[in-house]
Amino acid sequence: MVWQSFSDFIDMGGRGAFVWGSYGLSFLLMAAELWLLRSRRKQSIRRLCQLQQLEQQKD
Amino acid sequence: MNIFRFSSPQTFYPLAGRLVPVFAVLAAAFLAAGLYIGFFEAPTDAVQGEVYRIIHIHVAAAWMSMFIYLVMAFWSAIGLGLGTRLSFYMTQALAPTGALFCFIALWTGALWGRPTWGAYWVWDARLTSQLLLLFLYFGFIALTRSIEDPRRADKAGAIIALVGAVNVPIIYFSVKWWNTLHQGASVKPGGSSMASVMLWAMLLTALGCWFYSLAVTLTRARSIILERERHTDWASIEIARLGSK
Amino acid sequence: MKVFLAVLRRDLLLAWRARADLLVALSFFLIVASLFPFGVGADPNQLRAIGPGVVWVAALLAVLLALPRLFDKDFDSGVLEQLLLSPEPAVLWVAAKIAAHWLATGLPLVILSPLLGTMYRLEGVELGVLAGGLLLGTPILSLVGAIGAALTLGLRGAGSLLALLVLPLFVPVLVFGAGAVDAWGAGMGVSAQFSLLGGGLLGALALSPLACAAALRLAVE
Repeated sequence: MVWQSFSDFIDMGGRGAFVWGSYGLSFLLMAAELWLLRSRRKQSIRRLCQLQQLEQQKD
Repeated sequence: MNIFRFSSPQTFYPLAGRLVPVFAVLAAAFLAAGLYIGFFEAPTDAVQGEVYRIIHIHVAAAWMSMFIYLVMAFWSAIGLGLGTRLSFYMTQALAPTGALFCFIALWTGALWGRPTWGAYWVWDARLTSQLLLLFLYFGFIALTRSIEDPRRADKAGAIIALVGAVNVPIIYFSVKWWNTLHQGASVKPGGSSMASVMLWAMLLTALGCWFYSLAVTLTRARSIILERERHTDWASIEIARLGSK
Repeated sequence: MKVFLAVLRRDLLLAWRARADLLVALSFFLIVASLFPFGVGADPNQLRAIGPGVVWVAALLAVLLALPRLFDKDFDSGVLEQLLLSPEPAVLWVAAKIAAHWLATGLPLVILSPLLGTMYRLEGVELGVLAGGLLLGTPILSLVGAIGAALTLGLRGAGSLLALLVLPLFVPVLVFGAGAVDAWGAGMGVSAQFSLLGGGLLGALALSPLACAAALRLAVE
């Protein structure tokens, strides 16, 4: 084990801001992509459903 | 087994739906393993200290961004050559994730560079070509989004992806040439005695990112398929099923 | 070959009739290149250092500015559709159009570049290297740019989209073109840069008309 304590782990030898800034934003962006994907899919399904109903009414 | 069977959107859609959860679990497992080894098993680097731990995600993201562009070029070539619609859907589903990894590679590269090189941005060959790759992704996304006729958007995107793929090695070579001409040798990430445990952390993180990309891309491709195929029988049944939920 | 010459002649004639447009692009080149000293100061050594790069970037932007005109008018008037329907191989007349476009917009940049080089204190052979690099490089810019022009034909916001698409692809040309002058100034030969530019030109000549023709078919459909 490289780390003596939890605060040691967070500090990253004085470079905590850089290390956690890198990993933090990377995972934040990936989470944002997942969230966006989910909401887009829901939106698109809702839109397609409405379109379908409109087309059925026309027939 | 006939692999061409899966090139039809109708068979691909449910298959992708079954595969996505598997890939998602694998992505989480590999990322967790990579992070664990990267943060708890890998020793402190003698030269760079702890900050080198950034390169696990940096290298993985850089690999993915280049790999995804290659895959896009591959699908574009298949799409233009064989006229399979699914190839174009895959190309467009891949692009946002590729751009995301490209940005992550730049961001982590900058944060790694500040303590190591003393500057957030160095006109280093790798960082510079990564930046140009990001512009290529933006160009592809902007072009496909601004063409209204979807069939023209498909093919125009495929052409620009192929043109870009031909240019990526030329860009990298030219930037490297320019770099050696204008400044001395630069510190390479991981240049100082790369321990094999670090390599493992990098490899596992990269595999995690790979499965993540697969899961996200297939999900996005499924949405694109529904949008584009909505007038076919199977797709309207699927839409009605999803809508009633 | 007859198609090539006929289209070349026609496009050059049209360009000559609209020569006011060409002068605008050329003045743009001159103005952009002469703005830099106001921004960075007129120290002769500094000017010499940035000169080749500035002239090249200005040339790049001037080519970019002229690109939309390559296919626009023929697209609007339906000539492009006629040409695509004709039995002649599309690659030939696309190449002719690009060649005419380069003769009308690229070649004047090459001819004017020694003038700008002198303003940046480049001397003697350096001016020749600058112009020679542009002579080899601007056709590549026209050829690669033509693909972007064909892909964005008739789209909303085509101009800025075109810039986003083709400027990253121009980077290698900029590196080798401006690098040639620097290399000459540093006492190294320029054969490496020039042969790379020449190779790039041959590659672009072989591939670009094909991609352009495919992109034009999409735009017209």
